[in-house]
Amino acid sequence: MSIIEKPEIIEKPEVEKPDAPPLELEAGEVVRHAERPLGVFTRPQGGRGWRDWLSTVDHKRIGILYGVSAMFFFLVGGVQALLIRLQLAVPDGSVLSADVYNQIYTMHGVTMVFLFIMPLAAAFANYFIPLQIGARDVAFPRLNALSFWIWLSGAIFLNTSWIVGGGGADCGWFCYSPNSGVAFSPSHGVDFYAIGLQILGLASLISAVNLIVTCLNMRAPGMTLMRMPIFTWMLLITQFLLLFALPVITVALFLLMFDRVFDAQFFNVDAGADPLLWQHLFWIFGHPEVYIIILPAFGVVSEVIPTFSRKPLFGYEFMVFSGVAIGFMGWGVWAHHMFVSGMGPISVAAFSLSTMFIAVPTGVKVLNWLATMWGGKLRFTVAMKFAVATVAMFTIGGLSGVTHSVAPANTQHTDTYYIVAHFHYVIFGGGVLGLFAGLYFWWPKIWGHFLNERVGNWHFWMTLVGFNLTFGPMHILGLQGMSRRIDTYARGYGFEFWNLIATVGSLLIAAATALFIWNVIKSRREARHLPPPGPDPWDARSLEWSVPSPVPVHNFDTVPQIRSRDDWWHTKYGEGADGSVVRLATAEEAAQTGEAQDVHLPSPSFWPLAVAVGLPLIGYGLIFNLWFALIGALIAVGSLYSWALEPVDDPDAVHDHHDDHTGHDDSSGPPPPPPESPETPPPAPAEAAS
Amino acid sequence: MSETTTTERAAEHAAASSDPSADTEAHSEGHAHPSDWAYVKIALALAVITALEVFTYFESVLDWGVALVPSLLFMMVVKFYLVATWFMHLRFDSKLFGRMFTAGLLLAVGVYVATLAASEFFA
Amino acid sequence: MSAEPVTTDPAAAAEAAVGHDPHATSTGLSHTKLAMWVFLGSECLLFGGLVSTYLLYATRGNGRTLPAEVFDIPFTSVSSFVLLMSSLTMVLALSAVSRGEPESGRAWLLATALLGGVFLGGQVYEFTAFVREGVGFTTSPASSAFFTLTGFHGVHVALGIVMLMSLFVRSVKGNLTKKNSETVEIIGLYWHFVDIVWIFIFTVIYLIPVD
Repeated sequence: MSIIEKPEIIEKPEVEKPDAPPLELEAGEVVRHAERPLGVFTRPQGGRGWRDWLSTVDHKRIGILYGVSAMFFFLVGGVQALLIRLQLAVPDGSVLSADVYNQIYTMHGVTMVFLFIMPLAAAFANYFIPLQIGARDVAFPRLNALSFWIWLSGAIFLNTSWIVGGGGADCGWFCYSPNSGVAFSPSHGVDFYAIGLQILGLASLISAVNLIVTCLNMRAPGMTLMRMPIFTWMLLITQFLLLFALPVITVALFLLMFDRVFDAQFFNVDAGADPLLWQHLFWIFGHPEVYIIILPAFGVVSEVIPTFSRKPLFGYEFMVFSGVAIGFMGWGVWAHHMFVSGMGPISVAAFSLSTMFIAVPTGVKVLNWLATMWGGKLRFTVAMKFAVATVAMFTIGGLSGVTHSVAPANTQHTDTYYIVAHFHYVIFGGGVLGLFAGLYFWWPKIWGHFLNERVGNWHFWMTLVGFNLTFGPMHILGLQGMSRRIDTYARGYGFEFWNLIATVGSLLIAAATALFIWNVIKSRREARHLPPPGPDPWDARSLEWSVPSPVPVHNFDTVPQIRSRDDWWHTKYGEGADGSVVRLATAEEAAQTGEAQDVHLPSPSFWPLAVAVGLPLIGYGLIFNLWFALIGALIAVGSLYSWALEPVDDPDAVHDHHDDHTGHDDSSGPPPPPPESPETPPPAPAEAAS
Repeated sequence: MSETTTTERAAEHAAASSDPSADTEAHSEGHAHPSDWAYVKIALALAVITALEVFTYFESVLDWGVALVPSLLFMMVVKFYLVATWFMHLRFDSKLFGRMFTAGLLLAVGVYVATLAASEFFA
Repeated sequence: MSAEPVTTDPAAAAEAAVGHDPHATSTGLSHTKLAMWVFLGSECLLFGGLVSTYLLYATRGNGRTLPAEVFDIPFTSVSSFVLLMSSLTMVLALSAVSRGEPESGRAWLLATALLGGVFLGGQVYEFTAFVREGVGFTTSPASSAFFTLTGFHGVHVALGIVMLMSLFVRSVKGNLTKKNSETVEIIGLYWHFVDIVWIFIFTVIYLIPVD
């Protein structure tokens, strides 16, 4: 089979007829564009050294890059969390000054949301969406690399504010005006927040466009939308939420940045501005963001539970449509974050009602997971334990969320630890535990060896107990009246006991995380003495398990034909005359070997990294000296042009063998170069430069 | 977001039109692009509407009264529609494109009108 | 071999397997064009936010002159008309390129870029005139919102011009043929979008009077 994917080609299936395109012309054009656009980099050839990670366009490697970076920032955010808990462990804590405390809790929130959960979800999305839909890569591999490098440059930029910005942002993660103004936050921390989040948002926007096109356009033959694995579905919805939510926060951040850097008047109340504008814009983004965080975890759980219950997902259609409904209704509830802002009774009543409704599709999901497990042949692996814990903990967080929708109660909850308890149950209990389930579930697929289950068990139980010890008491503290964001509290309000418990819990989570890291190292070392997991160690259901572990660089030897939902399961199992399940083939028999040699893949490129290097320079320029911005802009724009001039596929790339493309029109020559590649998104410089 | 039907329909259209002899201009629904003259006619219509819009500014000639804002919004929507459907080819292209765009457009209208309403902009 | 799209019918899918065209996409639509439309959907929320900000602040002049009080409607009408007509030249450029007439396509591309340049020039003139009349970027919430909104639009126009000129250069080099007319189409989509944003701004910001 000579099925090749060159996703970046401008495709016109109806137009490019076998006899039509003169291949010589294309080849000629490529020669003219030469190998070193602007003469800076030699075209990377791909290989196994560290440089190849810098130029990779392989969605799997990019996924790993996202994952490793996200775990690093998990530790950074975790240390910040520990500092908060140490400060609050006893009354009148003196670990941090009030000012540093403000910076720490702000950066804890920003780090965990934008630098840990979102990129960890992006890691899974990158790695598994193409595998689950039977594709060789995403629609725009170089844009995919660009997303990652921009994200990383934004993450580094944001954290350099500790060093060069006079401290982190200190306005809380939602950075309400007028606290975010120069008057109340004179350091550069908020500037770094405003510009850093724009850079991160640009990365997510590019990635959202890329993955939406991938999901819609690159499904294997027969993979209709209603046959797509549920994880891919949830990620697709997430990408739509990102697509539409990010421009809103971009607007808000631009207004904030203009206020602080160029003395605009957007949030200057003296001049007649309305600080509620920030709150609206932030939460129009911020509420869909909650679903951006939780839906990927829902997707993971919806893959793990059926696998370890040996049952198909109960009510697949309902799961899809409740996901879509959550995504849609998530746009109509944002003002429930603003009930005490004085919006007026009509707004409060309307958003109170819509918030109660959104619990319905979420409840549908919980019931469907339970029904999937009902009567199943349950196997409590660590992945399954994390998945079940996700359902349970998220349900607690969801229920306390419903209590917020009741406006009078909300008035009491606002800005207390009850809110902190609620969203940690949703984001940690739902999001993080769900993604940990994904790590244990997919680890053998990514690395070719299991994570140790015994250590994993300890990791799971310590995390679960630590999590509940930390955040459970916060419900009580909040209802007792302890405000969030206070840097200390006096003795005698009855806050002492539960705060101490919460701190003990947080230390337990820290120990659990250390155990996880040890597990990663230990499992890797042990793997040499253990039999490899094979393509399908969990007897799972979706396509990624039909290829070897770890996944070969070209993913699929032949693009699979999809005949049904859970196609891989139905390849392994059929139905006997009496309706019982009959094994048709073992996974090893049915899986692809990964030995295909004739697969043409997009060539690596350094330009995405080069573009990304320019953006933080623009950011520093806006804050310190516009000359930096000029240099950054020149780097970014120059790299974009070089990128556009670089052919998608390297004509001189080393191939192990002759491409077996007989019968295909476009086989032997390199594809038409996209000199003004429209796939270089015109938007990218737009967002960055403006 | 019912892409199910959308994409599948788009796929059917593509199948229907993927005749090897189809010429370059053929798009996924098999329509040829309109002639240049058709584009010029659309541009003329746009020009006329713009002239009418600007005309409302000269209140001494004709006072539109309460009809002013609705008329202006109506003319704007017509212009918007003409450019999107003809110049951006939504009339001739796969419906999926239009739906992606309309989704963003309607969402934007929804959330921002609600924001303005909550801020008592229309009061 | 024709473009074999994914079908719902398993039998058809199995058939498709035999002669599956590697370049066919599941929807039969091009990646880049779909990506551009998806992106434009996202841009609606960007401009929507900026427009709402202006509408909310239109009358908050900080005791100074409001932008709406210094609008020069006849002048802006002319530049709006120029931008509107650039959409016509853009679509004619695409039409010429896809007919295989690169020379006339090139001319229309240049015309489009020039009209865009005239619009931008008009905007620069308008901005300087406003500043002379005491409405600067930092004057009031209303003026900050006005300059931010129209400035964002202006940056979009400028980027469009850069892309059009890149196409023009490519065409001069002889690399803009019927085969890659889709590139022209996609940049055209962006250009028309920028135009419809202005259609919206012209009515909602300029023509509808501020109370």
